[in-house]
Amino acid sequence: MLVISDLRSEVDGKAILKGLSLTLNAGEVHAIMGPNGAGKSTLAYTLGGRPNYEPTGGSVDFLGQDLLEMAPHERAAAGLFLGFQYPVEIPGISNVQFLREALNSQRKARGEEPLSAADFLRLAREKAGLLGMDMDMLKRPVNVGFSGGEKKRAEMVQMGILDPKLAILDETDSGLDIDALKTVGAGINSIMRAPDKAVLLITHYQRLLDYVQPDFVHILADGRIVKSGGPELALALEREGYAEVIAA
Amino acid sequence: MSALAPLPTRRDEAWRYSDLDAAARTWPIDEPDRFVVAPGEQRAISLLQDAGPAETVIRDHRIEIGAGGTLSVHLLDVGGALGRVTFDVTLAEGAHFELKAALIGGGEQTIELVTTVTHAEPNATSAQTVRAIAAGKATTSYLGQIRVARGAQKTDAAQSFKAMLLDRTATANAKPELEIFADDVKCAHGASVGELDKAALFYMASRGLDPARARALMLQAFIAGLFDDMADEGERDRFDAIALAKLEALG
Ligand SMILES: Nc1ncnc2c1ncn2[C@@H]1O[C@H](COP(=O)(O)OP(=O)(O)O)[C@@H](O)[C@H]1O
Ligand SMILES: [Mg+2]
Repeated sequence: MLVISDLRSEVDGKAILKGLSLTLNAGEVHAIMGPNGAGKSTLAYTLGGRPNYEPTGGSVDFLGQDLLEMAPHERAAAGLFLGFQYPVEIPGISNVQFLREALNSQRKARGEEPLSAADFLRLAREKAGLLGMDMDMLKRPVNVGFSGGEKKRAEMVQMGILDPKLAILDETDSGLDIDALKTVGAGINSIMRAPDKAVLLITHYQRLLDYVQPDFVHILADGRIVKSGGPELALALEREGYAEVIAA
Repeated sequence: MSALAPLPTRRDEAWRYSDLDAAARTWPIDEPDRFVVAPGEQRAISLLQDAGPAETVIRDHRIEIGAGGTLSVHLLDVGGALGRVTFDVTLAEGAHFELKAALIGGGEQTIELVTTVTHAEPNATSAQTVRAIAAGKATTSYLGQIRVARGAQKTDAAQSFKAMLLDRTATANAKPELEIFADDVKCAHGASVGELDKAALFYMASRGLDPARARALMLQAFIAGLFDDMADEGERDRFDAIALAKLEALG
């Protein structure tokens, strides 16, 4: 599904990713862990095509297409979803309007019929319910006045509505209390655990991985994957810390 | 500014940001539109200025609002090489003037709004809300003068101007001016100039919206609500549609 080969990228002229390689197959959940400043968000933004996150080498194949050649909205239509570490507030545009326009733009790009207002609302209500989010919140402007935890929940509602093939979730667990973590974990499993989908979970802590169990765990440090393993690697990190595990 | 008025110059405060070449092409201009709101009367007017790109439009209004009267004005100013609309309003005791305006310019347009609101007697209120969007090499300007006469106590005058620049070559000017000869007066004005939030544009793109649509949605949100309280629904829909079409054409 996603093949990243020797990816290098710069943020405002500063080299951050320094030759990162990683392959995700359909049906798999991968976790990327790593210390602050390792380049985890830079990886997510580079894959999403954020301006100023400039790929300078290597390649990324997403479902047979050259991901780095595509505009951000084309990547979304191709099935990529980026869960933001810091979701953006958009005053004056309601979640419902935003998501309906976004979904229908994606459908149009794929040559599909647009969803009617009624069908869209049915879908939105179902996904909001899955994440324990009040439908009234979806009528409010995008992320405006939402708490940190509500923003993360809203990201997952968006993911449920847009139904991507690949989700890259950047610290979706931060800002969530333990109940919310459970709900969000169950939401991720229900939306993304499927034979034709894959997830890249970026996280700092083991705790989300108790709910969304990864098939593979990678440690990112200084712009590269320095170690890969199974779920036991995350547990070792939790016990011993990054320095120990990376050195081992 | 009667037909006999000489061509303005840059030194003329009310013309300092204008397109004087475009003004010269149409000079001398017509007499201002004059009208009177009777005491206690409530009136609403909507003005649409969407002339063709080569035209020069200068529309002056002289308005008197009688004691306890109210005038509500909605303005959508998007047309002409120069699209200039001015209001000179005088308020009697307890009168109210309300203006909601959107100024949208692209290419090399100069779109400007010039207001002079005179609170001649006590207890009058005025509220002006102006939103401006400039793309390309366009200039949008709002010159708003408030005059509070001697003895016009309990005056409450508010101005809010927000501008959005879509290109580095676009310009927004705001020039509030207060002339106050009473002491128990509330005058509030705010002005800000900004650009579209790049983080929001990327966020929208990451959800699948193409850049032109994302931009139009954000600009629509920026002027949202200006025309919501227009009494005539058909007219309101027409204003919203023309504003949206203009925003999408800014390219
Ligand atoms: N806009 C930016 N300009 C310059 N440096 C940046 C910018 N954003 C991030 N960085 C730097 O890039 C490195 C990686 O950051 P980031 O990808 O956010 O790390 P992580 O998500 O792993 O904590 C850090 O050294 C950070 O200081
Ligand atoms: Mg980060």
